[in-house]
Amino acid sequence: MTKHSLRDFRENFMKSLFLIGGIGTLLILLLIFAFLFAESFNFFKTYDFWDFLTGTEWKPGASPEMFGLLPLLAGTAAVTVGAIIPAVPVGILSAVYISELAGPKTADILKFAVELSAGIPSVVLGFFGMIHLVPRIQSVFDLTTGQTALTGSIILAIMALPTIISVSEDAISSVPAALKQGSFALGSNHWQTIYKVILPAAVSGISAAVILGIGRAVGETMAVMMVTGNMAIIPGSDIFLSSVRTVTATIALEMGEVAKGTEHYYALFTIGAVLFVITIGINKIAEAVKRKHKQVT
Amino acid sequence: MSYENRYSDELGQDPVLKKKTARRKKQELYQKTAFLLIKLSAAAAILTLIIIIGDIVLKGYPAVTIEFLTRMPVNQMTEGGILPCVIGTVELILLSLLTAVPLGVIAAVYMTEYAADGKIKCAVEEAVNTLAGTPSVIFGLFGMALFIKYIGLPQSLLTASLTMGLLIMPVIIRTTQEALLAVPKEYREASRALGATKWETIRCVILPAAYSGLITGIIISVGRAAGETAPILFTGAVYYYPKLPDSVFSPFMALSYHLYVLATESMNIELTRSLQYGTALVLLAIVFSMNLIAAGVRRHYKKKLSSN
Repeated sequence: MTKHSLRDFRENFMKSLFLIGGIGTLLILLLIFAFLFAESFNFFKTYDFWDFLTGTEWKPGASPEMFGLLPLLAGTAAVTVGAIIPAVPVGILSAVYISELAGPKTADILKFAVELSAGIPSVVLGFFGMIHLVPRIQSVFDLTTGQTALTGSIILAIMALPTIISVSEDAISSVPAALKQGSFALGSNHWQTIYKVILPAAVSGISAAVILGIGRAVGETMAVMMVTGNMAIIPGSDIFLSSVRTVTATIALEMGEVAKGTEHYYALFTIGAVLFVITIGINKIAEAVKRKHKQVT
Repeated sequence: MSYENRYSDELGQDPVLKKKTARRKKQELYQKTAFLLIKLSAAAAILTLIIIIGDIVLKGYPAVTIEFLTRMPVNQMTEGGILPCVIGTVELILLSLLTAVPLGVIAAVYMTEYAADGKIKCAVEEAVNTLAGTPSVIFGLFGMALFIKYIGLPQSLLTASLTMGLLIMPVIIRTTQEALLAVPKEYREASRALGATKWETIRCVILPAAYSGLITGIIISVGRAAGETAPILFTGAVYYYPKLPDSVFSPFMALSYHLYVLATESMNIELTRSLQYGTALVLLAIVFSMNLIAAGVRRHYKKKLSSN
């Protein structure tokens, strides 16, 4: 082989290698899809689809076994909504502080702090919640247990905050300076400018931040599992003060003990598939909203 | 203030101006209130972080001794150290990097250097985004279905590492992509103009120039791999394993799972509080030092770029 053709060969070889690597990523995603849905399919061979979708009881040990999705979805929804209510205003206002009010040095420090808090392992946050929040919530509300949806919500709010802050901060910082200057030139003060000009201009980026925060809360497992009590019941009017069980916690709690190939095993994959579809939907919406933001600025 | 006073003294009787001044004062009051709220929010966010870290550090610090780090857990995990967990976590990190880094870098190079804008690139990009947003427990499910049920691997260090590798791969792909995109176009053009082929350019010019960005990505994913628990729950991490992991096919103990076990399922939860805090602190220290190192590398890199 001449030197030239060897070089050509190596070039083509590397090219195909990289192509395979790229496609490999795609393949992994497809495999995840395939496995989740294949195992779900096995579940629906023996369990009625509508009974799963509209079932109000999740009782794997009972006879007959009940695999109703609704109590788990209700649990996930309760903790997520409870987390988003405080996290959104605090997150957005903190982002405004970092990008509009803080000096450059303070802003840098705060940004790093946000990055750090995004890195706190969820099991550590769950541990903190178990020790400090659970007993407090129990005594404040005079409950039999402090492991409630509210406890989960507070921990999840702390987890969703870094996402909301950093993504909204990006959106606010990317509002063109000309808009701000124009507003000042017209005699508005700083708050009027923030409220009437900057926030509206950054609204799609901020919405994307909120949606991503929701996504983070929905998919979180360990922390939620450690503080919500994990009772699979559909909560009533006292929703936040009752124990709930989320989709993620159900998978994490039951997967370790279940025998492979049983209906229960397949049921766990099915709720995994549901969770997967929900998070993909949430991320897709966030992406679409973000894209709109790019068109504006 | 004095300006305002003089202003209103001279023209104080003008009713239109009086109204305007009143309106401005009202706006200023709004601003003050709003800024107060903004500052309170930022303070609340930071305070939460400080309280959590402070609590773990203060209560964990007395527990973390040399003995704690170098002894096996004894007496049904109510005493002793966390040596097997530290070693298990380190091995988990190394093995998952071993799978995720080569694959991730290859995928990133493909996307920035080789792929033409088209359907394949779009699909791969989409796949990376989706993987990055996938909850960690889903990776655990997938790892269990593929590696254990389908391929037949045991619950082991290897299985958990492969699963964790899949989880950190999107992180590595994204940071590598960013690093590659930051390499100036001129580098590529100059190298090609000198007669280097595409692969030679990538190997000798682009990858070295993107080196620090790549390192940052790896460090960030180390932090991620150390802290994640859900993916290793049913793929290899165990409640208690009396030996240090001796092969990749043996089950192992990990810091994150150990903390979960101690805090929720151990024999005497109250009694082992200090062990729990110690474990939490070691875990937090690993994750934070990774973040700090990554920030340092990034800063160094930025300086180098701007001085060029």
